[in-house]
Amino acid sequence: MARKDTVNALIRRGVSAKVSEALANANFKIGDLKKAPFELITQFISEEDAEELLKLIGAKKTHIDKDQLKASKKVTPKKESKKKVKEVKPRMDFKMPDKIPKMNEFEKSISAMAIKMGTPLPMALIQKVAAKINSLGMDKKELDIFMKEVVAIYKRRLIDSNESAGIVSAQSIGEPGTQMTMRTFHYAGVAEINVTLGLPRLIEVVDARRTPSTPMMTVHLKDNVKNDLDKVKRVASNIEKTQLIDVASVETDIENMQVIVKLDTKKLTEKNITVDEIKASLGKERKLKSDVQSEGKKMLVIKAPEVSFRKLQQIFEIVRDCKIKGIEGINRAVIRMSDDGYIIYTEGSNLAKMPELEEVDPSRTTTNSITEIYTVLGVEAGRNAVIKEAGDTLDEQGLTVDKRHIMLVADIMTNDGDVKAIGRHGISGRKSSVLARAAFEITSAHLLKAGLIGEVDALDGVAENIIVGQPVTVGTGAVNLIYSPKKRRNK
Amino acid sequence: MMVSRPRVGVSKRIQYIKFAHISPEEIRKMSGVKVITADTYDDDGFPIEMGLMDPHLGVIEPGLRCRTCGARVEDCPGHFGHIDLAMPVIHVGFIKDIKRLLQSTCRSCGRILLTEKQMEEEEELRFMLGSLGGDTTDFDHLMKRTAKDASVRTICPHCDAEQLKITLDKPTTFREEGHKLTPKEVRERLERIPDEDLMPMGLNHKVSRPEWMILTALPVPPVTVRPSITLESGERSEDDLTHKLVDVLRINQRLRENRDAGAPQLIVEDLWELLQYHITTYFDNQTSGIPPARHRSGRPLKTLVQRLKGKEGRFRSNLSGKRVNFSARTVISPDPVLSINEVGIPVKASRELTIPIRVTEFNIDAVKEVTSRGIAPEGPHGEYLPGVNYLIRADGRRIKITDRNAELVSEGIEIGQVIERQLVDGDIVLFNRQPSLHRMSMMAHKVRVMPHKTFRFNLCVCPPYNADFDGDEMNVHVLQSPEAIAEGRILMLVQENILSPRFGGPVIGGIHDNITGAFKLTHNNPLLNKADTSMILSKANVYDWPEPVIVDGKEMWYGKDIFSIALPDGLNLIYKSSICQQCDKCKEMNCDIDAYVKVKDGQLLAGTIDEKSVGAFKGKILDKVSRDYGADAGRIFLETSSKMALAAIMITGFSTSIDDEDIPEEAKIQILEQLRQAIEKVGGYVEAYREGTLEAMPGRSLEETLEVEAMRILGKARDGAGQIAGRYLGLENSAVIMAKSGARGSMLNLSQMAGCIGQQAVRGERISRGYHHRTLPHFHKYDLGADAKGFVTSSYKVGLNPTEYFFHSMGGREGLVDTAVRTSRSGYMQRRLINALEDLKVVNDGTVRNTANTIIQFKFGEDGIDPSRSVQGEAVDIDDTLLKVFGDKRFSNIAKELKAAGGE
Repeated sequence: MARKDTVNALIRRGVSAKVSEALANANFKIGDLKKAPFELITQFISEEDAEELLKLIGAKKTHIDKDQLKASKKVTPKKESKKKVKEVKPRMDFKMPDKIPKMNEFEKSISAMAIKMGTPLPMALIQKVAAKINSLGMDKKELDIFMKEVVAIYKRRLIDSNESAGIVSAQSIGEPGTQMTMRTFHYAGVAEINVTLGLPRLIEVVDARRTPSTPMMTVHLKDNVKNDLDKVKRVASNIEKTQLIDVASVETDIENMQVIVKLDTKKLTEKNITVDEIKASLGKERKLKSDVQSEGKKMLVIKAPEVSFRKLQQIFEIVRDCKIKGIEGINRAVIRMSDDGYIIYTEGSNLAKMPELEEVDPSRTTTNSITEIYTVLGVEAGRNAVIKEAGDTLDEQGLTVDKRHIMLVADIMTNDGDVKAIGRHGISGRKSSVLARAAFEITSAHLLKAGLIGEVDALDGVAENIIVGQPVTVGTGAVNLIYSPKKRRNK
Repeated sequence: MMVSRPRVGVSKRIQYIKFAHISPEEIRKMSGVKVITADTYDDDGFPIEMGLMDPHLGVIEPGLRCRTCGARVEDCPGHFGHIDLAMPVIHVGFIKDIKRLLQSTCRSCGRILLTEKQMEEEEELRFMLGSLGGDTTDFDHLMKRTAKDASVRTICPHCDAEQLKITLDKPTTFREEGHKLTPKEVRERLERIPDEDLMPMGLNHKVSRPEWMILTALPVPPVTVRPSITLESGERSEDDLTHKLVDVLRINQRLRENRDAGAPQLIVEDLWELLQYHITTYFDNQTSGIPPARHRSGRPLKTLVQRLKGKEGRFRSNLSGKRVNFSARTVISPDPVLSINEVGIPVKASRELTIPIRVTEFNIDAVKEVTSRGIAPEGPHGEYLPGVNYLIRADGRRIKITDRNAELVSEGIEIGQVIERQLVDGDIVLFNRQPSLHRMSMMAHKVRVMPHKTFRFNLCVCPPYNADFDGDEMNVHVLQSPEAIAEGRILMLVQENILSPRFGGPVIGGIHDNITGAFKLTHNNPLLNKADTSMILSKANVYDWPEPVIVDGKEMWYGKDIFSIALPDGLNLIYKSSICQQCDKCKEMNCDIDAYVKVKDGQLLAGTIDEKSVGAFKGKILDKVSRDYGADAGRIFLETSSKMALAAIMITGFSTSIDDEDIPEEAKIQILEQLRQAIEKVGGYVEAYREGTLEAMPGRSLEETLEVEAMRILGKARDGAGQIAGRYLGLENSAVIMAKSGARGSMLNLSQMAGCIGQQAVRGERISRGYHHRTLPHFHKYDLGADAKGFVTSSYKVGLNPTEYFFHSMGGREGLVDTAVRTSRSGYMQRRLINALEDLKVVNDGTVRNTANTIIQFKFGEDGIDPSRSVQGEAVDIDDTLLKVFGDKRFSNIAKELKAAGGE
């Protein structure tokens, strides 16, 4: 999304599409470009283009001073050959945890056996078999007989060709929907946090909503922190967004045209905030132009620059909502004990910012916002998030749905690189068949549009074949088997 | 004598459908008649020539012939006519496209407002998008971007003409810097756009020229599309489209006359606008910004777009869903004697529903015999015999068979003709109950023609249909072609659908009395005498008796031995039944309540058979038998066991009544005492809250804390009351048997009947709304105590007092609303899911692909396993396989080793 915006923004400024694409591919944003040193830009586009670009976006030509150049070279020794922006713009130090289990020797040998028998088995099955056999101790002959049987059973249980897997999966998820509840409930174990569950949540997941109605995060902490309640509390207070109003009372003093902040020392110590920090964060507020003066230890005074009630009210609002601490979007953090030390649950979600806290273990920290997972960690993670959220919602209602069905839904949602909704704005609106689209929703628009560009409906899908009245292309309809009887002998 | 015949069933396929726009020339060319008069019929009721009902437009009255093609009603598809418009008019459907074109092309030279370089880049992008497999939406985005690029330019890069700003006054007026553009001017501009500039604007010049979006000729649909109907009073009533076309014609005529007569510009313009209005509403009567055209009665007209769109529109109602023949619908009722594969069809329906049979040299004698019997033959004892309703001759003519002509027709039957035979036992039909939420909502059954007027089927098939017998109706569809019948028998037959693809377990299985019966037959292994045993065995059609035991010199039989007859040989299973109390340490074979089920080699050694064994969704035996022994074995097991269970329940009879909820006086006192304490405790909290001594829970307000505490205490009190009641309700109690075995009801239901109903909740909270600061006028204001907020201390048996009754119905109402909302919401979700996934199929290489041939999954579910064949999702059940491969001998070893290794 951001990429597209950048491209559009550049083109709007008159930069050619090709150059814009190249820059966007290098993960530049307009703001970055303005600040970026000339050398960095020319890595991706020609110098001429770069000169023109800088003119167009109205930025000054800046060169890297030597230290910087050195530093950036150190980080990216191969930047000429590899156009990877991650290296140019080192983000946080984040190592993808390798969670794919490797096969051990025994498992490999079993896998080889299966392949030899003509059917490679999935790794999960091999591992299960291996674990079982290992505990039993089988000789070679027995193992061979056993594996033959396992392979035979596996083959017998494979899905048939032409099976309309999509319809079965859709039904398997849709049918239990009628048995689900509508209400929101308290999250298991954390009574304070309300989470949407049941049917509304499931709909939210398949809709690929940008933000869930009740965003929530589960923040895991690093080993050295997770068992120390004091440290955990400190982390929690760093996560939870604290506004000035949470730790002080803010009043307007009309007589003297000023805003008075009366700090609550008890709350301040509770949240581990100093007066200087508050002053600092008030100073950061761009819209607040007047100085902050302290009067004693418990009071801050902000004077309005001129006699204007409107201005005073503005100042009051800025001061009241001033963020002192914490992460944007996270309204509450609750600490809970678990088998694995303390875990922080939050109301509100901001996955991108979380790894910036050094106490947080980013590899296990997660959110229930699918879009966030997708933007921060990519489509594959987005797909897993869909599977997890949909699966958990169904599980919580005590409905058993085979994981494969949920996987198929997740796979089609994430098939072309981003998370698309199930519905007219997502998958259904992008079908290749005009008739299928027209039969779903917004009938007339699709038909008119089809004429405009001369669309051709190849009648490959289910809906369009039903419309024209011929056999569908899935299941038994996909096969064309004709029996031509042998000539009977004349007798 | 092999005669070459056209191959039946091998039909031609439509390869593709191409969409395009019609040019005015083509409209005139394909027109059967030019319509000029707004009148439809003359005084004698004959259609007026060159009117909207011109006989060239097709025929709707039987007997008449079409003037264009000469065919009769059945064969004439209808023909288009056209109206020549006096002045051009904009087509509303394309208003956005016209606007885009006007804004991004030059007002003088007609070229697109892009530099050569931009054009090249656009083409490159378009080409790239195509090669990357972009869909229509992607192209749409690109096109919109191009249009935006073009429309911001103020000087034409081709002819240097200055561009003025064009705005759209909804719905159909264009303005250029405030100056109105007539459709004629718009059309002229669109004509100027060269073909090669159309592609970037999202138009394909081969199928659509932009000026065609401004109409100069209006096609008049055939009369078959807008038939007029004759009312009972003899009055003719015209279709909405005809009405609209009449309006168009009238104004068109007036416009032409005025224009030709040189009327003032103002009048012409007004009429032009009126014509635009009529044509706009003719296409779409729900265009925003203009009032919908109405019928004389005030009802808005249903014009073209309205005919197509929405649930009742052509697409969803007539094209995606079609009406069928050979179907029947009636009330359903249960019949435990039928096989699960069967469905009882009333005689009356059987006589109407038919199956086509082709006459061959092998069956001609039989066909003649059946045909000669007439349409309602009966056997010597009045039993049903199938007759024949129609004979279809080789030329396609249908001959209705009556009792009178039956003999005659049957003699004339020849090979190659087809008869339509009434249903017989064993025919395959589809049986369906709406809502059809999954494929098990429509399964194939074998016909059993039966007296009376309801469809009947085995109770074990209720769960997949979600059917009960409180007045439910179901549909039957008779399969017509041999292919369909074969598919029905092999893929859709009930026994083939015992295992659900949703979770790989059974969806068909025992309910209610089947479970109770199995429980009674096996729980604590009762001894049965010869009479009872023979009754059970004969009900299940079993003739091999199990081994008797001699008690007091009499032959007796164990219940578990009798049940074991239903189990297939070689079946081995160990699990815990529904009545299991989840003890910390399982005593296994020595279970006190007989909950540890062990089946070895098809013999039930221990345990009670209940919902976990034979129930739908949970039945383990059912699950294993139908997966490992095949659908037939599954069906036989289910039928035998359920029939035996029903016989077993009949020995003693089984009933429940309110005295099942009787509890002794001391229990009642205990419950009352416990409830009183709880209410007092809540009162204490309320007191503390009032005095301000209540400590708030972290992250909650005082009020919330109070509510949470109250809910907790009262919930506990209800459970406590249930437990006390439960203590006095043992397994000798019918209601308890049903609850514990999973047949019907739950212990919660029982405790609500015997003990206390408990807190009523609305939106998950205690009831709080109603009067000013109180729920009902029966309480004091600000009363936060238990009974003032909806705690019901009474039990259903004792009865509720008026306030309790009111609170209870508040909770009940919420439940009802919830269900109503839920069905519509989940229905829509399922429609969307189905629509998104319907085209996915597993292709021969094992990948899952959509219609664009894009790979969605490389292997279905990552391992290629069919969930309905899996063991609750597992590909291979390893323990079972070990057992199967190494048999009993090593089984004991392995079992021991498994145990040692921490397995089962």
